[in-house]
Amino acid sequence: MASPIISLSSIAAPGRAKLDELLQQVAEHKGCGTSSGSGKASCGTGAGQGDLSPEVWEKVKNHPCYSEEAHHHYARMHVAVAPACNIQCNYCNRKYDCANESRPGVVSEKLTPEQAAKKVLAVASTIPQMTVLGIAGPGDPLANPEKTFKTFELISKTAPDIKLCLSTNGLMLPDHVDTIESFNVDHVTITINMVDPDVGAQIYPWIFYKNKRYKGREAAQILSERQLQGLEMLTERGILCKVNSVMIPGINDEHLVEVNRAVKSRGAFLHNIMPLISAPEHGTVFGLNGQRGPSAQELKALQDSCEGEMNMMRHCRQCRADAVGLLGEDRSAEFTTENVMAMEVEYDLESRQAYQAVVEQERQAKAAAKQAELETMAGEHSDVKILVAVATKGSGRINEHFGHATEFQIYEASTAGAKFVGHRRVDLYCQGGYGEEEALESTIIRAINDCAAVFVAKIGGCPKESLKAAGIDAVDRYAFEYIEQSVIAYYRDYLEQVRGGAIVHGTRGDAEIRQGAFVAA
Amino acid sequence: MAYRIVASQCTGCSACEPECPNMAISEKNGTFVIDPAKCTECINYFDEPQCVAVCPVDDTCIIDNNYPRYSA
Repeated sequence: MASPIISLSSIAAPGRAKLDELLQQVAEHKGCGTSSGSGKASCGTGAGQGDLSPEVWEKVKNHPCYSEEAHHHYARMHVAVAPACNIQCNYCNRKYDCANESRPGVVSEKLTPEQAAKKVLAVASTIPQMTVLGIAGPGDPLANPEKTFKTFELISKTAPDIKLCLSTNGLMLPDHVDTIESFNVDHVTITINMVDPDVGAQIYPWIFYKNKRYKGREAAQILSERQLQGLEMLTERGILCKVNSVMIPGINDEHLVEVNRAVKSRGAFLHNIMPLISAPEHGTVFGLNGQRGPSAQELKALQDSCEGEMNMMRHCRQCRADAVGLLGEDRSAEFTTENVMAMEVEYDLESRQAYQAVVEQERQAKAAAKQAELETMAGEHSDVKILVAVATKGSGRINEHFGHATEFQIYEASTAGAKFVGHRRVDLYCQGGYGEEEALESTIIRAINDCAAVFVAKIGGCPKESLKAAGIDAVDRYAFEYIEQSVIAYYRDYLEQVRGGAIVHGTRGDAEIRQGAFVAA
Repeated sequence: MAYRIVASQCTGCSACEPECPNMAISEKNGTFVIDPAKCTECINYFDEPQCVAVCPVDDTCIIDNNYPRYSA
């Protein structure tokens, strides 16, 4: 059934009394795995195949962006062949280009389709778990149709096992649906931030359509109609569609519940609500006028409230249009055009498949371990929920040193199990030199302040104490174990201690979503 | 009789190139330039100059005062 309409405007205000109320409503409404009968298990793609049909599962199981579970194992790459754009967004500034800058719309170098094809082969040979090639800009792929489709053509000939996907603003989508289908592109992402032109006028100053620049409400109306038409045309053809929405507090935060309904009714497969990235140094309209992004809890509350029968994506890293690697890591610096052109590339399909078979075994072992752990919780019911931050470098294991983590994955633990609910970027803490303690205090604790514990492969004594002072339990006893299994095991102990009175369970504060460039990477 | 592109502001995004009805725009050292001999300011083609309308950076495609205004 449709999600209840929950006003989010109250959360934007300094007072957070309403937030607890909202979280409570969401908790009562549904939770991961608690829905039974007609409701869709809200873990959706996160729980592996779950209730997906075999055909859909076949399409998403190796796609890190379409399956949360897959993103621990499989990598993607974007090729920046599409620099031109046909709309202007207030959160985008095309003039900015810095290697340390990580957000969509920014790339280090443009590629021709031929260079892109070579790069794909080079990456596929180096990273056998790279299964997906996306074109996401840095402009709009469908504002550069020749370059985009030429790239797909070249890659489908040389590396036919690689899935093709593209990400568009949707303005030109209806004109290209047939071509998209003819190249077997079966994943298309459309960025839809509004279905109401009055909201759109605050996000899009103009669009360029049919040789004319449209502004304000009229522009937003055309854009919205074209986006929804394109979405319908794709889903009619059985092409999986993900909808990206940027959450802009005070502008479209409440409205995104309506967007969610509109795209769900048109057959979108997955909805990805992302936090606005906004800082003055980006030179965007929103950055310069002080428009803030959402806090971690505001984002989660909105995602939870939209999580009815539709899968919500929570593992998006808002990557660049030239990103390479697992989500959350960026290996693009290894594959500059100069490096790629100098590489001797031999595309070995067999060794790629052999590698991926090993990955599949690991995935199944992980799922079995999670299931076994979950069975120890059978029959347990409690309102206690905690968030756990995890340091990982992939494969679904707790395998990263606290000091080396550039991000933490966030899991929500309850009697229903362990559910991935997000990730938090942090600067590298282990940089040597000065200010380590301040970096720990200021960056990491703020980023995971809503978590009861942080799971790491290893951690030093000092940071462990600082975390303890902030009420965060640093846990290294699950080093190199599977994440979800460990989260459930920890939660079971936690619950026992709460019941025995050894731990007083209370609500924790909000956390910050980190903005801006990496200071070290 | 022509528009010109302020090179320091051009992002090199190439959006203008295919929109020009006169094929007057080409890439040069990473940014784009307009051939003044070919530019007609889009007069008789469109209501507004296409490079100006599509350019993501305001005041980057501007009238080149070194030439008299185009008249068809």
